[in-house]
Amino acid sequence: MTGVYPRLRPHGDSAIAVEFGDTIDADTNRRVIELERAVRTSNLPGVLECVPTYCSLLVHLDPLTAEHATLSATLVRLAHEVCAGAHVRAGKGRLWRVPVTYGGDHGEDLESLAARRGLSPERVVELHVRPVYRVYMVGFMPGFTYLGGLDPRLATPRRRTPRSSVPGSSVSIGGHQSAIGSVSGPSGWNLIGRTPVRCFHPRRDPVFLFEAGDTIVFEQIPAAQWDRLEAQSAAGETVAKCECR
Amino acid sequence: MTGLRVIECGAGTTIQDWGRFGFRRFGVSTSGVMDRDSAAMANALAGNPPGTACVEFQMAGGRLAVESGTVVIAASGQGCKLRIGGQAIPDGWSARSEPGDLIEVRPVRGGVYAYLAIGGGFDLPEAMGSLSVHRRSGIGGRALVPGDRLPARSPERGKLSRVAAASEVSGPIRFVAGPQGDHFTDDSLELLACGPFTVSPDSDRMAYRLSGPRLRHAGDANIVSDGVLAGSIQVPGDGIPTVLLRDCQTTGGYPKIATVISADLGRLAQTAPGEVVRFASVTLGESIAAARRAAERLQERMAAIERFPAEPTSEFLLSANLVGGVTAGR
Repeated sequence: MTGVYPRLRPHGDSAIAVEFGDTIDADTNRRVIELERAVRTSNLPGVLECVPTYCSLLVHLDPLTAEHATLSATLVRLAHEVCAGAHVRAGKGRLWRVPVTYGGDHGEDLESLAARRGLSPERVVELHVRPVYRVYMVGFMPGFTYLGGLDPRLATPRRRTPRSSVPGSSVSIGGHQSAIGSVSGPSGWNLIGRTPVRCFHPRRDPVFLFEAGDTIVFEQIPAAQWDRLEAQSAAGETVAKCECR
Repeated sequence: MTGLRVIECGAGTTIQDWGRFGFRRFGVSTSGVMDRDSAAMANALAGNPPGTACVEFQMAGGRLAVESGTVVIAASGQGCKLRIGGQAIPDGWSARSEPGDLIEVRPVRGGVYAYLAIGGGFDLPEAMGSLSVHRRSGIGGRALVPGDRLPARSPERGKLSRVAAASEVSGPIRFVAGPQGDHFTDDSLELLACGPFTVSPDSDRMAYRLSGPRLRHAGDANIVSDGVLAGSIQVPGDGIPTVLLRDCQTTGGYPKIATVISADLGRLAQTAPGEVVRFASVTLGESIAAARRAAERLQERMAAIERFPAEPTSEFLLSANLVGGVTAGR
């Protein structure tokens, strides 16, 4: 970490970003998550909500009740404490086991991605289920989950022309990242599989499953099992197994 | 059911309240009314707290019918006109409306968004703590279509009220530089402040794209995605400044040259496609002071609302020409 960070960047009168760097890496993101928890538990006056992203935390505030200078000073202090390791979480966070059916109708780009990487589709799946991924952020669409930790051998640029609509719950690769989609929508990412897990289900408690800082492993399942789990998932079951570590 | 039924409305007509907060870290937009001051005034005239859900009309306006029971309604929005049964309601007045009445809200001069509030608010199911509709994700439902029923929560025989017209706020839309001003050439902030820009036809509740001088990136036109909010002026590779608004995503990967101050978001939202937008740079301190001044101004206007204790019917008020009399007698 260089001397520039952590630093504050106001976004007008209604938000302040606390930046920990400008690269995608687990250490930077860990600081963002730790600050998010510290801010959330501090109940700072005027803070509406926080959005953790790859390398910064956006603190949304109410300009009528927040005291900008005081809040900024508090955020700087907390950010430095985070960098000094004062807010390291007790546990390791949650580990989710997420079932995925790869290829075919569930992941129509698996074959082409494998060919571009000089690998067999089976090998791509093998490499994709191996790592423990980190949820860097949730954004873009409700519940859309950005993952870090992709095997570099699978890194594949986004499609030149994005698709106007991809199925919900698609598991995809875009550059050096993988993602779990939520609702259907436009995407330029390469679709390699689909999970019956719904990151976002408006009539389920919890409505959202994953949050920044969680960890995720994928488990390959056959299409027949996908159908069964999908029906349970639609009915409001979580389907993904969660271990709190 | 006491409430309203949609007879006809423009494609972008939705139910909106102050917005859906607390879920942005899960990728959920806040949504919420595009012009808070107008929605707050419509609500205040109808006897509601400022953030109560109302019907937000976009450009075309619409017509609704009153179904069983009497309701108090009020409309507000730059240049919008409220009519009940063809009779124009004077600006700044609430009105009582009877079953069978046809309520019409139309833009008559400029403006984009108009609000129709009903005394007691609408009795509709909340999604994640809000009635606001986010059309892109479907959270909160969909846009209104003819035939939709909007039940009233607690239709009371509310008091009629009126407020004098506000002095119109004019001048440039103010912004605070940053957060990523350093991703642009030195003259880009000046270009933004000089303009002029016009609102593109492809603008919507998510963002207003501005045609005019193209801004230039000093380097990469992409950043590692970070948080955005209503007011963020992001600039994609094509150099076209794009002001994010209430339906915007929670994160974005384009650098943001500046941020429109919260006090001016409603005024920007009321700038119709094809109209000119001029910007001016202010400091962070000035933006906070402006937010507080705007809130005070709104408070003062709401405090100036006169409530009429009597319960004359709208027909009576209109037929007796009492509306004009009361206005003239103040």
